[in-house]
Amino acid sequence: MNSKTLLYILKRIALAVLTVWIVITVTFFVTRAVPGGPFLGEKALSAEAEAALNAKYGLDKPVFEQYTTYLKDIVTRLDFGPSLKNRGRTVMEIISDGMKVSVRLGLIAAACATAIGVVLGAVAALRRNKVVDKIIMVVTTAFVSMPSFIMGTLLLLLFALRLQWVPANGAMEGGLILPVITLALYPTAYITRLTRSSMLDVLGQDYIRTARAKGVSGVKIIFGHALKNSLIPVITYLGPMLAYIVTGSLVVEQIFAVNGIGRAFVGSITDRDYPLIMGTTIVLATLIVVMNLVSDIMYKVVDPRITLE
Amino acid sequence: MQLKKFPGLSMHVDVDDFIPATDAEKEYMVQMRPSSTFFKDGLKRLLKNKIATISFFVVVIITLTSIFLPMFWPYSYDQMLGVTPGRPVDPSFNNLAPFTYGTTEQRWIDEGYSVFPHIFGTDSQGRDYFIRVVYGARISLAVGFFASIIVLIIGMTVGSVAGYIGGKVDIVIMRIVDIIYSLPDTLMVILLASVMKVALGDVIDGTILANLGANMISLFFVFALLYWVSMSRLIRGQILSLREQEYVLAAKSAGAKPGWIITKHLIPNCISVVIISTALQIPSAIFTESYLSFLGLGVNAPMPSLGSLASDALNGINSYPSRLVIPAVVISLIVLSLNLFGDGLRDAFDPKLKN
Repeated sequence: MNSKTLLYILKRIALAVLTVWIVITVTFFVTRAVPGGPFLGEKALSAEAEAALNAKYGLDKPVFEQYTTYLKDIVTRLDFGPSLKNRGRTVMEIISDGMKVSVRLGLIAAACATAIGVVLGAVAALRRNKVVDKIIMVVTTAFVSMPSFIMGTLLLLLFALRLQWVPANGAMEGGLILPVITLALYPTAYITRLTRSSMLDVLGQDYIRTARAKGVSGVKIIFGHALKNSLIPVITYLGPMLAYIVTGSLVVEQIFAVNGIGRAFVGSITDRDYPLIMGTTIVLATLIVVMNLVSDIMYKVVDPRITLE
Repeated sequence: MQLKKFPGLSMHVDVDDFIPATDAEKEYMVQMRPSSTFFKDGLKRLLKNKIATISFFVVVIITLTSIFLPMFWPYSYDQMLGVTPGRPVDPSFNNLAPFTYGTTEQRWIDEGYSVFPHIFGTDSQGRDYFIRVVYGARISLAVGFFASIIVLIIGMTVGSVAGYIGGKVDIVIMRIVDIIYSLPDTLMVILLASVMKVALGDVIDGTILANLGANMISLFFVFALLYWVSMSRLIRGQILSLREQEYVLAAKSAGAKPGWIITKHLIPNCISVVIISTALQIPSAIFTESYLSFLGLGVNAPMPSLGSLASDALNGINSYPSRLVIPAVVISLIVLSLNLFGDGLRDAFDPKLKN
């Protein structure tokens, strides 16, 4: 790794840290802009009760002091304060409970999407303009245009309610099958298209022609020579894929009643549980920013041919 | 002529080839065509693309239907058919299956009157579902269209200023763009929408904006705030390469002011890129709107959008699956055909893909 790459990585990390800080700041001040303050809601309270609540949550202090306390608690102790509607639980507890379920769901979906997408993409490129390729392209185009909540509800209707092959509730045995499929369909379609086009690009390169001229078999060229290089664009998609899965899980967990962080987030919006809204937004945003950072750095490190800006 | 005996020998020159052409022959050589413009060329390529043309017609049909049909339809989107002032609510109108009627309507039909059918039935509050879907499509299309216009105006202004002025202004603007770009957009949209819908409620009360609803305004606001960045990046890149062209130098030396050069020389030359990305922005805005409506952050009830219709249908999914399937199909159709049309536009008008 040369100094230029190192400088690039440092710059990217600095941007990521800045982004996370901006997310925290925006989240804090935006929720403070809610009329009546984030903790009180629309219920009319007596003056004493309001003062007591303000004192309890530190709202009697100047806004800037509240902000620095909030920031310090997050950075030093990962503490987002208590939840407003779930009495006796902290935001961090709710998030870490939800994360256990969501991370599993998300990782399975991501792994399925990558594996199936790469294989389908390679097959489509290999059988370019043949029937198989055309079918794959039509199906993936359709999936790319379908919002995840539509896909999820239709799958739920067909496989869980009509055919009753799998349970509709995500907490039951085998209940994660449909959520995983719903979450994985869009990334699978996207990766398939990405792999296909980059594979076609690579197959036109000189070293592939050289391999052909040496008499290397078609399968060996695809999997031995072409696949590795055609996977590079797929790496750049890993970050956006995670972002998609995170935002997709918000509705998917809602549809299939999976008790993950997405459901907690949506619930917090309906309940107007602002500490929880803030906490989940910050945690999920940080996750996405970090994942984008990792996939960006990997992209530059994996392929030395890519010039750094 | 002696040479004619050996036509196969290339060494010999056929003198006939050098006889002056007759008028008829000249006429044959001249081919007059109306001069083709860039726009006409692109249009011709677009029309050759069958998928894009079909998609375009699908979009046009859906758009026209959603604009004009509600004017002629005998039911309105928020009219609860079972509710008549001064009488108890008639529950027979709720949850009607397609092409069935409430008790009073059935009596009229039996008496020989004609009653306009409920093509998709009614919802749980006795509202005609067909007109709600049409209205929902109207809302979704309107959000997509106006959001894209907002994104276009902001992105174009910022991008062209950054690209044309360059220097420190460019650096500052591009840093801001970088930061907004790296923000996780959907999460920020949800956060802003969930807070603004509460915060805006009091502010707009009683004004003309109240008709739109706080949710809708916050939706446009977040679009304006977050989604202009990729458009401005694109336009900045275009302007950067265009401003080095000779005709810009010529205009400058003739004394043209920056505003003139931007509007008269630079923008017309990157217009095709702008149109394509605006066209592709519309389905993504519809996507976001339906997603937010599904989460309950979209349009205000009783106004329907395709996302909120699907979300409402989830409660009765077992008994009334058609109420979910219909908006699902409509929204997928709209997004798919807009995407395909946008792709067709790109293939037809992007000069880089020409030939």
